[in-house]
Amino acid sequence: MRLIIQNGYVIDPSQGINAGRNVFVEDGRVVGLSNFSEGVPEGAEVFDATGLIVAPGFIDMHVHLREPGHEYKETIASGAAAAVAGGFTTVCAMPNTAPINDNAAVTRFVIEQAERADLANVFPIGAITKNSEGTELAEMGDMKDAGIVAVSDDGRPVPNAGMMRRAMEYARGFDLPIIDHCEDKSLARGGVMHEGHWSLVLGLPGMPAAAEEVDVERDCLLAELTGARVHLAHISTCGALAAVARAKEKGLPVTCEVAPHHWTLSDEAVQDYDTNTKMSPPLRSQGHIEAIVEGLRNGTIDAIATDHAPHHADEKDLEYDQAPFGIVGLETAIGLALDRLVHPGTISLERLIELCATNPARILHLAEYGTLRTGARADLTILDPELTWTFDAAQSKSKSRNTPFDGYTFRGAAVATIVGGRVLYVHPRFVELGASKRGALAGVAHANRTHERVGGNRK
Amino acid sequence: MKHLLTIRELSADQITHLLDTADSFRDISKREIKKVPALRGRTVINLFFEPSTRTRTSFEIAAKRLSADAVNISVSTSSVSKGETLLDTARNLEAMAPDCIVIRHSSAGAPQHLARVCKAAIVNAGDGSHEHPTQALLDALTIREHKGRVEGLKVAIIGDILHSRVARSNIYLLSKLGASISVAGPGTLVPPEFAGLIEQGVLLERRIEDAIVDADVVMVLRIQRERQTDAFFPSMREYAVQYGLHQSHLNLAAKDAIVMHPGPMNRGIEIASEIADGGRSLILDQVTNGVAVRMAVLYLLAGAGQDGNGASSGGSMSDFEAESRAAGGVRGRTRKAKRGTRN
Repeated sequence: MRLIIQNGYVIDPSQGINAGRNVFVEDGRVVGLSNFSEGVPEGAEVFDATGLIVAPGFIDMHVHLREPGHEYKETIASGAAAAVAGGFTTVCAMPNTAPINDNAAVTRFVIEQAERADLANVFPIGAITKNSEGTELAEMGDMKDAGIVAVSDDGRPVPNAGMMRRAMEYARGFDLPIIDHCEDKSLARGGVMHEGHWSLVLGLPGMPAAAEEVDVERDCLLAELTGARVHLAHISTCGALAAVARAKEKGLPVTCEVAPHHWTLSDEAVQDYDTNTKMSPPLRSQGHIEAIVEGLRNGTIDAIATDHAPHHADEKDLEYDQAPFGIVGLETAIGLALDRLVHPGTISLERLIELCATNPARILHLAEYGTLRTGARADLTILDPELTWTFDAAQSKSKSRNTPFDGYTFRGAAVATIVGGRVLYVHPRFVELGASKRGALAGVAHANRTHERVGGNRK
Repeated sequence: MKHLLTIRELSADQITHLLDTADSFRDISKREIKKVPALRGRTVINLFFEPSTRTRTSFEIAAKRLSADAVNISVSTSSVSKGETLLDTARNLEAMAPDCIVIRHSSAGAPQHLARVCKAAIVNAGDGSHEHPTQALLDALTIREHKGRVEGLKVAIIGDILHSRVARSNIYLLSKLGASISVAGPGTLVPPEFAGLIEQGVLLERRIEDAIVDADVVMVLRIQRERQTDAFFPSMREYAVQYGLHQSHLNLAAKDAIVMHPGPMNRGIEIASEIADGGRSLILDQVTNGVAVRMAVLYLLAGAGQDGNGASSGGSMSDFEAESRAAGGVRGRTRKAKRGTRN
């Protein structure tokens, strides 16, 4: 099967390409890039990308797909559908399911369910310790053979520094990065929002920035001690970023990611006690937001990851202190990045693509992903930085609706998602405009078929 | 004003109007027949998720003295362990068409949560560490009664500021009316961010002596013994020695300083008995004024031009002024009612 993505502007930081190119795809692989003057190969489907940005497929290295165990919140199929609807071709599933992905059998189950869904690529992340209890190492080698790309006790971070040291040393032997959710539970204990002015006003127990920073500092020291690759998940504070910057200056193998809500909303958003503002790490105060934006700009931050955390409406519709932590994020991340980071001039499109594709692939050692090199997987995210659209949570492909961004209007969208050479999603607003403005839009018919299939999977 | 959820979001005018209305209700409780028909046919539900004697009784008496039907529901456990969510409980109560729901809950924001779904007027009777609006109103009424004003007074608040909804509501209310506030307590219970809680600033003192110097009003907060497990201070004994209010402290305050406590008191811990029972203590006046304040709140939210279900929207100043006029009118009617009852 052949596909040509024609007349688009290709930005691929992995090869330093920033130019108008056609992208040729055959049998799920990139065959090559060419100038516009070259013709269309015989029998190829055409995707007209005139006026659009063509990027290597975006990778969200931090999502919770809830299967096995919490299928009422999300399944691998519904999560993968939300991923492609949000412009992500690949997601990495955190292991805090029931049972926890701490052994090869669960890893294989996740991979099989993802193959059955046949939408976004899903790479499992294994647990660091058995049952994420922080006491005994999980069978990382076995899980690596089964397909994990990293290890993490996300949500239940390893509290004991000695245990974390052993985990880093052991993971190093399998070339697995350790992804740590940095939160010292003894400092964060009982907290439900950022500790500061607003937690005092609202009378809600706070989690100080130091709860995150203590663990970030510890992990950086342990990265130096062990030489292991350490990736710090959803960094949200000024001090955490400073620690990462110092580690990088020393040349340590430390990387980090941030989540879109942490550059978008401050703790002031909690004032109506809307539980869709409750997540961990929490929404921080303005000064921290400014540091995050600066880290995105200056390169301290390596990746954007959503921490997509679906919860059922019944669970979220409780008193603030009793509702679970987390919000969904797959379908709003790129809108928030284009609208809030690219358009104000904080970061370039090239930097955005580095944060969403090039760097996640590099951190996870996924050589065939996050690039449009010849021979790479034909995963592409097509962006229209000018498309204005409004997010309607009711139309989300996710099973859950726990988002503070319902009804937000964004300038800029991922308008098409191509996985393994197949156009799996086309943004409805883009289709609408396409009918009037763009004339014949190749690929749409195919994508609409996919829509039905996506719908079928969701039930 | 459709609900009373916080003091923080009220204006000085709204507060003064509530206090004036409370003033006008105060004498009802001094009569032989302590009842007026202002809320006849209205239903008030007291929904208490935390144990409370004083506040619940005060609301109940306030409702009854206005001739409303008062129903008390005490739920000892939170929604999660009870198996029914707060919103489902509220929707069920709402289906019985109450005019006002008074809620006390251990979770901050629970009244806001109810206000989003309920047509009835919601009154916050204390939510977690957030606010306790009627307590602050009754404290202000007591201060006004004894000092003639709030403006220009120096108020010292002593104790567990961090977990105190009483402290928060009082800091907002008294500062809006022009008082200056200083607070003192153990470092674990007085976070530095409190200094910026309000625009005018709160003066944080390490020693209670420094907070009390020249104070016109000394408010002592209750120490919650159950928080001891969280190790906020080493022992009750040390707390009583370092942060308990003694006669020697009171000598530093203004000559005619008054002492208040929201209750229930831990005698000999946060306050010495001779002060609690002494001439400067207004602790029982506070309780008396609590009834008048709650009558005013219920009257303004469930009565006065609210037409039955209190469904008028908003909480804007213009709504409030309209109510204000109506209340003026009904104050007249209250007096008539007085004559009526005596006949």
